[in-house]
Amino acid sequence: MNLFLTLFSGAAITAGVAFFIAGTVALLRFPDPLSRLHALTKADSLGLGLIVLGLLPWAGGWLAALKLILVWLLVLLAGATATQMIAEHIRRSEPPP
Amino acid sequence: MSLVLDVMLALAVIGVAGWTLLVRGNFPAVIGFVAYGLLLALVWVRLGAVDVALTEAALGAGATGVLLLFAVVRLRGGKAEIDAATPSPPQRVAAAILCGVVGLGLAVAMLNLPDPAPSLAAEATRHLPLLGVGNPITGVLMAYRGLDTLLEAVVLVFAVLAIWSMAPDRRWGAIPGPLFPVQSSGPLSLLARVLPPIGIVVGIHIAWVGADAPGGKFQGGTILAAMGILAWVAGLWRLPPVASRGLRWAVVAGPLVFIGVGLLGFVIADGFLSYPPGFAKPLILLIEAAMTLSVAAAIVLMVAGPPERPA
Repeated sequence: MNLFLTLFSGAAITAGVAFFIAGTVALLRFPDPLSRLHALTKADSLGLGLIVLGLLPWAGGWLAALKLILVWLLVLLAGATATQMIAEHIRRSEPPP
Repeated sequence: MSLVLDVMLALAVIGVAGWTLLVRGNFPAVIGFVAYGLLLALVWVRLGAVDVALTEAALGAGATGVLLLFAVVRLRGGKAEIDAATPSPPQRVAAAILCGVVGLGLAVAMLNLPDPAPSLAAEATRHLPLLGVGNPITGVLMAYRGLDTLLEAVVLVFAVLAIWSMAPDRRWGAIPGPLFPVQSSGPLSLLARVLPPIGIVVGIHIAWVGADAPGGKFQGGTILAAMGILAWVAGLWRLPPVASRGLRWAVVAGPLVFIGVGLLGFVIADGFLSYPPGFAKPLILLIEAAMTLSVAAAIVLMVAGPPERPA
């Protein structure tokens, strides 16, 4: 059981880190702000979600696990809001060609 | 493995600090400063100083970052003002040399500490049961070195006064800060409606657990202030005018309660800021509660700036 949990956490966290690395590379390499935002939100929401999922079995109690999930949900909310606002600003200031 | 992590973290902190200093443009510099503060918070966690990490994240990166962002927005187009306030190259070189020498001195002092380094940690923990609090940091801040914390609390009031005194005479007593249009729909409106109930609970929780776990009035108060600022920026909450009695009481309540409890020490204990045995915890909680309110009010007012709109 413990081995299974370790493997599960390892896989989830590795996948989460992969999302973060991909998001960072995309942030540096993508040509326009909207696609950079698109890449960034993937890292934030899915990457962090997978890392939280991997950490859940080791949180040491359901209260701490709930806190981890709450942190993820709050980051989702804040990240989505900030992204929407930046995107709205870009759309207003640069009308599509 | 943890050494690799620490070295990477240290390099990232130094790299972001250097980038923040060298980058052209005020807005990227503020973003760099916020990132630097968050990385520094991670450094404090690695050092086991979770209280300091929370303060650095909330006040150092969060509140100061917002203050600087507002300053950047206000300075837009004010080229003459920026030029007048920008130090000359010799001044900057002198500041760099001074900072370098101080940093180097601190580094040398840290590396030459005897092993084990002198510490009052055991002593601080030993007397905690007398105070009834479980967090040694709170013991130091509220009892052993209560005077320092009192002075910090009073500084907040002076900071608000200093900002208010920038107002032109005809605006005295008016509403501080710019007016934000009411967001009746859109992402900001949603966030400003959904987040404050959660944030208020988290802010009060962090102020409350400060007695026994990392947290306290400054961190909790900053979160409460952030919720207020969010509602204000979304146009959902109007700041009261600076003439408002309630607002002024909110700013001074914490320091007043702190000084009051301190003076009470002359009557019921051994002197200024000393607590009677067995009654320390309720008094500390009273001060912390009043201070949480004042920290929150002061930070909102610092971000809002001087009064500028007629009530």
